[in-house]
Amino acid sequence: MKLHEYQSKQLFAQEGIPIPRGRVAMTAAEARAIAEELGGRAVVKSQVLVGGRGKAGGIRLVNSPEAAEDAATQILGIQIKGLPVRKLLVDEAVGIESEIYLGLTNDRQARCPVLIASAEGGVEIEEVARREPGKIVRLPIDPLLGLREYQARYLAAAIELPREHWRDFIHIASALYRVFQRVDATLAEINPLVVTKDHRLLALDGKMVIDDNALFRHTDIAEMRDLDEDAPAEREARKYGLSYVHLDGSIGCMVNGAGLAMATMDVIELCGGKPANFLDVGGGAGAEKVAAALQLILGEPEVRVVLLNIFGGITRCDEVARGVLSAMPEVRPKVPFVVRLVGTNEEEGRKLLARAKLTSATSLMDAARKAVAAAQGEPLA
Amino acid sequence: MSILVDKQTRLLVQGITGREGEFHARQMLEYGTRLVAGTSPGKGGEWVLDGKVPVFDTVAQAVEATGANCSVIFVPARNAADAMLEAADAGLPLIVCITEGAPVQDMMQVRRYLDQRRARLVGPNGPGLLSPGLAKVGIIPGHIAIPGDIGVVSRSGTLTYEVLYALKLRSRGVSTCVGIGGDPVNGTSFIDVLEMFEEDPDTEQVVLIGEIGGSDEERAATFIADRMTKPVVGFVAGRSAPPGKRMGHAGAIVEGGSGLASDKIKALLAARVRMAEHPEQIPDLLDGAR
Repeated sequence: MKLHEYQSKQLFAQEGIPIPRGRVAMTAAEARAIAEELGGRAVVKSQVLVGGRGKAGGIRLVNSPEAAEDAATQILGIQIKGLPVRKLLVDEAVGIESEIYLGLTNDRQARCPVLIASAEGGVEIEEVARREPGKIVRLPIDPLLGLREYQARYLAAAIELPREHWRDFIHIASALYRVFQRVDATLAEINPLVVTKDHRLLALDGKMVIDDNALFRHTDIAEMRDLDEDAPAEREARKYGLSYVHLDGSIGCMVNGAGLAMATMDVIELCGGKPANFLDVGGGAGAEKVAAALQLILGEPEVRVVLLNIFGGITRCDEVARGVLSAMPEVRPKVPFVVRLVGTNEEEGRKLLARAKLTSATSLMDAARKAVAAAQGEPLA
Repeated sequence: MSILVDKQTRLLVQGITGREGEFHARQMLEYGTRLVAGTSPGKGGEWVLDGKVPVFDTVAQAVEATGANCSVIFVPARNAADAMLEAADAGLPLIVCITEGAPVQDMMQVRRYLDQRRARLVGPNGPGLLSPGLAKVGIIPGHIAIPGDIGVVSRSGTLTYEVLYALKLRSRGVSTCVGIGGDPVNGTSFIDVLEMFEEDPDTEQVVLIGEIGGSDEERAATFIADRMTKPVVGFVAGRSAPPGKRMGHAGAIVEGGSGLASDKIKALLAARVRMAEHPEQIPDLLDGAR
């Protein structure tokens, strides 16, 4: 789950990381009032969960409350990478001496958090990594020990930060690690961390991503979720405990198991089609879950055929078939279904579905070919 | 023979009185696995599965009383880290965690601690282990595989069952099937399992099933090229997956251009792994590799 800049910075501030003065505005009038409080000069920043806000015109430096109101009106009217701007952060404008990067993420390969710093702040770290990988310093952190002070000092030296700022830098790095751990973040990034003209360190921008699997112990953080982060069907899916990803194709997929669901999408593409979604109905797919899954798939206007691929292991094929049958009267699909059932009780499952006039397939390849043909408008045998 | 689990395995089920735990414990027992104990805090002294299996409050008590040498975990995600640490502290050398949804920071700490204790963890978020005819430790359906000489290692569940079942339909058997799990931080890697298969005299060929996310497949490719003499057939799921989106498994995500299926396939092909374009090709490729 991604957090907005203003949410991330609030969490930073709670741990003692200095951030600019500022507040969130929902309207242009509020933006004006905040700019007035800040003394006129301010930065008006769109709060959307994508990068590249500056390039898209979503961040504006203004010199007066009136200009803040104008900028806010404009920014609240735009979309950035398809996301509507609903909130603004109005921050004090700060005189900047230099910009650095400081971030924490998890290194899958090393199986530990890694603290990353670069003297090149203010641009995306991925870009620095491509352009000048030597300018990025990475420091693995023992998950049982946490970040030690000497490590932060090492990093300050490695990015050639002037010595007068080391104390503040170590304080900020330690605080960033604390907040990263406390809220189960998978990313906590200060970019840029600026040295101001009056020689302070300040977290000008912030970004955090929280581990979805840890939200059970952070109900306060879970409430911060911006519903615009996911497509509507993905939000709906979460309610039913289904794993769903919206895609751009025309073949709706319902599969049990994430790996098999991905493989099903791959085989559809191999046969020249495009999947409309990734959907894992999980194990023991009962009628209610199957019905919810079918509703989701059929709610996507582009779907022209549904491919059901079920491997019965512990889950029995006849159970799933009954789930599909019981869901049909409620779902009333207008598109054809291709069904492949294999594994435990597959014969019985197939017999049940044969009554419902669904097209059955003998293999995954066969199912994908039939679904692709149907999506291209060919009648199913 | 087999790797990791066999007739010598004395199994303990952590969370044996839960719905999942009890259901799968019964399946494992019926398969013929030597299931010697279960744990469920507060229920020590009870007997479950028709009075066949004693329940203990703690893993340490269960190990002392029954000589259990392997544990399989079916507790909720919020308790998973604790269960793995408890098993390691009780001295169990092999811990299999089925639970899905353990926070990644928990897993980083658990893995570091288990490494220090020299305990092997398989999973979490995987189907466990099956040595057909010998032992079933986890949730892989027993009847979909027969004993044989093919080693299977995978990050996925049902996709693996597909492959086992397809092999069975061709009368091809399996030495051991290992589900290493779909989490970004897990206990056992592809390389760990490949190394065991390479040394196992009864494994002749290996099937490796990967998916998007991370770089475990790429490292496996290097190991195969440098160290493996046995033929390997592979499949990587997720060529059609969009970047930045998590595909069900916590670890199945392409991030910042890394973890792409195409890169993994390229690396495995370069290591002379026969790659299947779709899972149903795997039995043919195994026949061709012999």
